[in-house]
Amino acid sequence: MTLLAIDWGMLVEKLVLIGAIISVSLLIAMYSTYAERKVAAILQDRVGPDRAGPWGIFQPLADGGKLFFKEEIIPNTSNKLLFVMGPCLAMLTAMMTSAVIPWGNQIHFNLFGIDRYINLQIADINIGVLFIFGVVSLGVYGIMIGGWASNNKFSLMAAMRGASQVISYELAMGISLIALLMLTGSLSMKTIVEQQIQGRLWNVAYQPLGFLLFFICAFAECNRAPFDLSEAENELNFGYHQEYSSMKLGFYLFAEYINMFISSVIMATLYFGGYDMPFVNEANLSVNVAAIVGIVALMAKVFIFIFIFMWVRWTLPRFRYDQLMNLGWKSLIPLALINMFITGAVILWRQG
Amino acid sequence: MQALTNRGKSVERKPMTLLERLYLPAIFKGMAITFSHIFKKVPTIRYPEQKRPFAKVSRGLQVLNRDEEGRERCTACGLCAVACPAEAITMEAAERQRGEEHLYREEKYAAKYEINMLRCIFCGLCEEACPKDAIYLSETFAPSNLQRKGFIYGKEDLLIPNPLTHPEEYNKAKGEKAPTTK
Repeated sequence: MTLLAIDWGMLVEKLVLIGAIISVSLLIAMYSTYAERKVAAILQDRVGPDRAGPWGIFQPLADGGKLFFKEEIIPNTSNKLLFVMGPCLAMLTAMMTSAVIPWGNQIHFNLFGIDRYINLQIADINIGVLFIFGVVSLGVYGIMIGGWASNNKFSLMAAMRGASQVISYELAMGISLIALLMLTGSLSMKTIVEQQIQGRLWNVAYQPLGFLLFFICAFAECNRAPFDLSEAENELNFGYHQEYSSMKLGFYLFAEYINMFISSVIMATLYFGGYDMPFVNEANLSVNVAAIVGIVALMAKVFIFIFIFMWVRWTLPRFRYDQLMNLGWKSLIPLALINMFITGAVILWRQG
Repeated sequence: MQALTNRGKSVERKPMTLLERLYLPAIFKGMAITFSHIFKKVPTIRYPEQKRPFAKVSRGLQVLNRDEEGRERCTACGLCAVACPAEAITMEAAERQRGEEHLYREEKYAAKYEINMLRCIFCGLCEEACPKDAIYLSETFAPSNLQRKGFIYGKEDLLIPNPLTHPEEYNKAKGEKAPTTK
């Protein structure tokens, strides 16, 4: 299967994997919108969507269909290219992060004489965490470009707020991650997961403060409540996507849910053992069963995180802008720095 | 300034303590409260399937009554229109012709009888005014409509089905508030 010095089997395998992961992320994002409305309803003693199909499970399809058939409006005064690019970029960056996440260990299949082990990870690059950071930072361009291209003061203000918020919280997020990376000594997501599987406790046991900081910053990075300043409806009309309609608006809203899903996966991978099922020794199972167990374990962790995202959204009010900045610069960054210093000191002390 | 009551409390304006500035204890408290709502009973009534019963004293849409032989009771005397404070009722009278005795109870009947449901305040004075027990207020309400003229209910909307030819519909439309006097 090697032709023109390209392993075609690997190409096909990766393409299938990319297709599967993108469709699964889209499906989960789709049903996150349903889950969000359902969770909100349950937390507020309501019923929530329950008319489209049994328990309303076709609601996301109805919503999507509605968005597709809405009129597509591009304002006269907007910069057309950037106006279209905004939602595309938001969607692209949301999807790109999933490339370096290990979704499971390996699957083995023996079909038509092809005997292959397939890693359930699109790219095991040795700078996985750095890649995620780079792409997540790009995500702010989606907001910024969308807000600027709309040529609307409120959209621009919302975009500015969103951008400054994401940039400030990225710092604390990075510093809290440095402490974790000092512990693991590797930037590869796969290695980080494997270290957690091999006998040790999950990273959250060593880095509880780091996890908490990362978690808070993840809320800010996803532009989720209580940090959803960039789409503060009552202050800024609708935020950076005010001028958007139809599926371009849909992409922005969708990107938020994909971001939420991906950041849940990242948190599960970095701090909660990724595809590690607790109290089960994966090495004793056959390869394929272990892969299924791993994926189920990862998804269970992810769904718990997504629920917490929604739970927090429907509990807390939005931060004021000065409170947001105070929290970010005066609380989270010092705490992250202290966490980093303590971790470093402990590592040095144990080395002797 | 003197306080009006002794219930006022002065607002404390001291700076937040470190614990309060962390927000976390308050956040966890709030999250516990919202979580407890998961186990609360949902008070929603799923409307088209589930309906809340009307109160005994509620007054709904008017019904033009028939007697037990299926004849219209209304004689178009106009007392209901006079009694109506909202001036919602209009009617035109006509004389009963020979051979129409099975349709109309009295010699005079309402050829046209209209109630504007947008004007009607459902006070029930028409029912009180009626000497023939020809109109009464039932337990239903006027369904929504897209046009104003859809709310002007004519005889075909108000008249109860004939008990002799359509007994099922008659019993359904009659409700519990039909007058019992003959």
